[in-house]
This record gives sequence, structure tokens and C-alpha cells, in this order.
Amino acid sequence: MSINATLIGQMITFTLLVWFTMKYVWPPIIAALEERKTKISEGLAAAEKGQEEIKLAEKKAKGLLKEAKEQSAEIVSAAQKRANQLVEESKDQAKKEGERLLEAAKAQIEQEMLQAKESLRKEVSSLALRAAEQILKEEIDKAKHQDILSKAADQLG
Amino acid sequence: MSTEGGATGYIVHHLTPLSVGEGFWTLHLDTLFFSAFLGGLFILFFKTVAERATSGVPGLAQNIAETLVEFVDTQVKDSFHGRSPLIAPLSLTIFCWVFMWNAMDMLPVDLLPMIGSLMGMEYMRVVPSTDLNGTFALSISVFFLIFFYSIKVKGLLGFAKEMTCTPFGPKMMPFNLLLKTVEELAKPISLGLRLFGNLYAGELVFILIALLPPVVQPLLGFPWAVFHILVITLQAFIFMVLTIVYLSLAHEDH
Repeated sequence: MSINATLIGQMITFTLLVWFTMKYVWPPIIAALEERKTKISEGLAAAEKGQEEIKLAEKKAKGLLKEAKEQSAEIVSAAQKRANQLVEESKDQAKKEGERLLEAAKAQIEQEMLQAKESLRKEVSSLALRAAEQILKEEIDKAKHQDILSKAADQLG
Repeated sequence: MSTEGGATGYIVHHLTPLSVGEGFWTLHLDTLFFSAFLGGLFILFFKTVAERATSGVPGLAQNIAETLVEFVDTQVKDSFHGRSPLIAPLSLTIFCWVFMWNAMDMLPVDLLPMIGSLMGMEYMRVVPSTDLNGTFALSISVFFLIFFYSIKVKGLLGFAKEMTCTPFGPKMMPFNLLLKTVEELAKPISLGLRLFGNLYAGELVFILIALLPPVVQPLLGFPWAVFHILVITLQAFIFMVLTIVYLSLAHEDH
């Protein structure tokens, strides 16, 4: 158990080892550790950000959905309103058309009645005239009683 | 098992280093070789990892190295509050190197000396921390660093003041100086002796167990080896932590 030159040799070895560790071993490993640390923290931050974005997007989607629902409800109600309106309109139109047709038919009937009356009157007058002619053939001189005849014919008309 | 001189001879043989030279200029070749060899392994492993260090998914080697580095870094950050490019790598080197020295204790006591004797080496002591030169080389280097940082941080005057005026004020100057000198010298001596004592005793017990009949050997050898896993780690850890603490104290300006 003696202290001797081995001590100096050991100290030299130790110094070399420490120098080497300090220069070539410690810095790269610590750098890698630090880099990984920042990478991990960045990754965590990114994940958090992504999650927040998802939440935001969900919120947005919900809003859009709500809006769309409202819009569709609006459209449906408008369409219903429009349909009701159309039905009413067509009902009105049909009514009007019916009335018009009725009116026209009435007018036609009137006219036809008038025509029939006219032709009837003419026929009646001519029948009367002919009958009178037959009756009066012998006694009445046509030329002589022309005035009375035409008066009667007028009256019949 | 060398039988010359019986049990005592065996023990002495195992605790005698392979040395060359005379007097102070004796070199313990085994201590020098094994510590350099283990230092080489340490450098090789960490250099390989450091070269391939990625911030991506680490492999097994990188995981081990990073665990060690982070463990040491945490220890340094816990007790040392300044910034120093030296202390953390120094602590890592001390921890790993001392751990590997101590781990040589776990090899069978006769394995390497037997191989050595086959190669013609008469003596061989494989655990560098059972050599006072090994442990004191570390602790004296640390002592120099304490000295260097004390003067660097506090200035020559500040250091002189601390050595002479504490803890009892300037009136007790010689007494203070004596006290502080003892305090400072006690650091490297206790640091070196603690590691040496623990490992020397541990190795001695292994040698004694090896002297027992082969049937009894596992019964004692196994528990002692398991216990020694704790000892070798703990001693490496204590050496590192005390180094950090001493260097932090050197950095503190009162």
C-alpha cells in the first residue's frame, strides 16, 4: 500500500478522460436531449392546437347546420305558403272561369232565345198572314188592304 | 489457487500489485492497465452514442447513455447552481469510471490473475479502486479543481480571506488557517480513502470466501456479490455527489 508514480499515471488518464467527455461526449448527447425535449413540447403544442381547431370546426359546423336547418324550414314554410296561395289563386280562377262560362252560356241562351223568338215571331206572322190570306183570299183585295196587313204584321212583330 | 504460504500467502498474493520500478517511481501496471482499459470502454461507448445521437427515437445504447447523462445532470443541477461546462462531464466520467472500476470486483477473484499467470504475470490486482493510487488520483484531481475554482471565483484575495478569517474572524487568524487547511485536506483524503476502504474490504471478503471449501463458497459468495452490486453503485454515486458538492462549495462566494 504505497503511494507512488501510479498516482501520476492515473491522474493523467483521468484528465484525458474528463477532457474527452467534456469535449466530445457531453455536448452532443445533451444537445440531442434538448432537441428531443423541444420536439416533444412542439408536438404537444401542435396536438393541443389541432384539438382546439377541431373544436372550433365543430362549433362552426354546428352553426352551419343550424343555419341550414333554419333556412330549410324557412324554404318549406315559404313553399307551403306559396302552394296555399296557388291553390287559392287557382280556386279563384276556376270560380271566375266558371262564372265567365256561365255568363257566356247565359248570354248565348239569351241570344238564342231572342233568335228563336224572332224566328218564331216571323213564322207566326207569316203563318197568320198566310192564314189571313187564305181566309181573306176571296174577299180581301190584297192591294186594297195592304195597309191593314202590314200594320197587323208590324203589331205581331 | 496458489498454495505457497497457505491462506495468508494466498491473500497477500492477491493484494500485491504487478509493479515495475523502485521506490516512488514504482508503477502498478495492473491498476494503470485496467483503469485505462475501462476508461477506453467508457469512451468507446459514449463516443459511439454521442456520434449517433439523434433527437428521434433512441436505440438501446442511446437510451442507456441518456439515462446516465440525465441522472448525472439532475444531480449536478440539484446541488450546483452556477454554470460550468466542466462539472457535469466530470461527474459523468467519475461516476461511470469508478462504477466500472468497482464492477471489476464482481469478476471471480481468481479468473484474471489465473489468465495473467498463464501469460507469465506473477501478480495481478484487477480492481483499480483497491489501489490507493487509483482512488487518490481521482480525489487529488478533484482537490486541485476545488483549489482552482475557489481562486477563480473568489479571487486570490477572497480565497486567502476565506482561509484565514473564517470561521472565527480575523483575530484568530492562525487558528483559522489551521482549521481551514485541515478541512480542505480532509476532503480529498476522505474521498479517496472511503472508496478505497469499501472496495478493498469487499475484495478481501471475496478472497476470504474463495479460501473456503467449494461447497460453502456459493452460500456466502452469492449474498456478498448481491450486496456488492449495491456497494459498487453506491460508492461510485457517493464519489460523484461529493465531488459536485465540493465544487459547488468552491463556487460559493460568502
